[in-house]
Amino acid sequence: MMAAPDPARRGRLLFGGFALVLAVWPLGIDDAYLVSVAITMLWFAAVGQAWNLMMGFAGQLSLGHTLYVGLGAYTAAALYVHFGIGPWIGVWAAVAVAAAAGAVIGGLGFRFGVRGVYFALLTIAFAEFTRIGFDHLDWLGGSAGFFLPLDHDGALPWADLRGPPLLFYYLLLAYTLGLFLLCRAVIARPLGYRWRAVREDQEAAAASGINVFRTKLAAAVMSAALTAPAGVIQAFYYNNLFPDQAFAMHRSIEMILAPIVGGIGTLFGPILGAVVLTPLGEALTLGLEALAIDLPGLKQTVYGVLLVVIVLRLPSGVWPPLARRLGLGDAATRTPDR
Amino acid sequence: MPFEVILNIAASGGLTGLVYGLAALGLSVIFGVSRVVNFAHGEVMVAGMFGAVLLADGLGADPLVAVPIVGLALFGTGWLMHRGLVRELIGAPEHRQFLALVGVAMVVMNGLLMAFGPDARGVRVPYAFDAYEIGPLLLDKVRVIAGGAAILVAAGLFAFFRLTALGTAVRACADNQLGARVVGLPVERLYALTFGLGCAVAGIAGCLMTLIVDVHPQLAPDYTLAGFTIVIIGGLGSATGALAGGVLIGLAEALAGIVLMPSMKSMVSFAVLILVLVVRPHGLFGRPAR
Repeated sequence: MMAAPDPARRGRLLFGGFALVLAVWPLGIDDAYLVSVAITMLWFAAVGQAWNLMMGFAGQLSLGHTLYVGLGAYTAAALYVHFGIGPWIGVWAAVAVAAAAGAVIGGLGFRFGVRGVYFALLTIAFAEFTRIGFDHLDWLGGSAGFFLPLDHDGALPWADLRGPPLLFYYLLLAYTLGLFLLCRAVIARPLGYRWRAVREDQEAAAASGINVFRTKLAAAVMSAALTAPAGVIQAFYYNNLFPDQAFAMHRSIEMILAPIVGGIGTLFGPILGAVVLTPLGEALTLGLEALAIDLPGLKQTVYGVLLVVIVLRLPSGVWPPLARRLGLGDAATRTPDR
Repeated sequence: MPFEVILNIAASGGLTGLVYGLAALGLSVIFGVSRVVNFAHGEVMVAGMFGAVLLADGLGADPLVAVPIVGLALFGTGWLMHRGLVRELIGAPEHRQFLALVGVAMVVMNGLLMAFGPDARGVRVPYAFDAYEIGPLLLDKVRVIAGGAAILVAAGLFAFFRLTALGTAVRACADNQLGARVVGLPVERLYALTFGLGCAVAGIAGCLMTLIVDVHPQLAPDYTLAGFTIVIIGGLGSATGALAGGVLIGLAEALAGIVLMPSMKSMVSFAVLILVLVVRPHGLFGRPAR
């Protein structure tokens, strides 16, 4: 056994290897289907990471996170379609809009002491309110949908993100890895420690001099801002947006499955969750197709069962026990629920 | 728009609201006793609606006849759900409860989707187009029956909790779980009973709802959210609050349908929910938690 003595170093090596595999495999295997699955996987890993920042580290349950995806997507798409402003500038506007929405929701909720389940309902209410509002917003296509033009005027494909799927794959890979490193850096800073203090015991955190309101608000705003680029990528990858999809509650729930399965409050959990769930969902779809079974809803049923089983039997997720098995310490691995 | 028309729309909205209120009452009872937030409540209600549709298709039963049958079936389902799953969540961190029940909601909703398909199905009653004329009001018979039955069921539930020994025991659990254990009450079984009752009430509200609207599985999440909106407006754990909140939401949605657009009406209830959560988180009729 060549057990490296330093788990942190081992973790860096393994993560580097993991990132390298993700970066290199499409060069060898040029398969459109696999690339599309991998895009979905990385997308869920990224939004899961952003959601986990708020729920996993600061302990604030948001069930309306699709709001920030939708706002990001519509902002960048509107700038592109109506004003000809490309996504590389649009993404900053998208981040600003989502951060503002996060500040409003967090500000209202935390200022008035809306906690736990009530806060979760507040996030749902805002997302649903926005969904119905966008259904009636004709400037952005309303319920009939908002479409991005496919052609572009000769510029480089990456300038306006009018390129092949592989372009989006690498974009998402950079975004996912960047988010991981950013979250790792933030939770090692005083803010990250304040988040976890508030998560564990809000009253005790307040008593020890932490400004609970600002600490929670920072989590809500950061989480919202970091979710928005996923919306921009989604808009330019699919080229169409519908309020009923962009802001749907079931989207919010799909977004939180990966971090819950992987491990709430861990850094690698959201990525692992997406790596497990996306291929599982695809396998299920393919299996049903092969058996010529047409049952809409079966996949969601399986996800539902999985959610119940994980929450009941493995509340800390798959990653913490796996990390122990590998002899690794996730910088943020939390102790199992009290 | 003439005043009579507005009055009529408001009245029928209020009657529909009573049925919403009854469903929300089930949610409120479960929370009030065992502090479990049943995120699958709308799904149970829609299951009740499909129960009424099946009984109508198979036996030609009126939704009112379906009420006791569906109520009993969902009471049993709720009891089993509690024994198998919800029991483990009592006292768990709130987000775990919530997420587990989100999972249950996904299973029930998609189960219904697999069983019945996505198309809307309805119950046709012979009195579907009858109406009562009271002064300037013209009230649909189906709405009057549904609203009246909702009040009766709510009254029955109220009487159960106030007048029977069993109901008193359940209230004792709600007030002081430890105290209830000390005096020897079977707390676990009373919790299961309450969860069963909550589900039965949701199912009954579903049966009554089939008098007014057609059912399809995708209604479920909307009803869950409507239930929460009503219960939070009325105050979690307050029975009067649930019914009053239901009427308020029914009225607000009906009037929003005229003032704005019919498709924008649930925007109003979400706006009300946001407002109540922020301004008066314990609801209009509830007491502050501490």
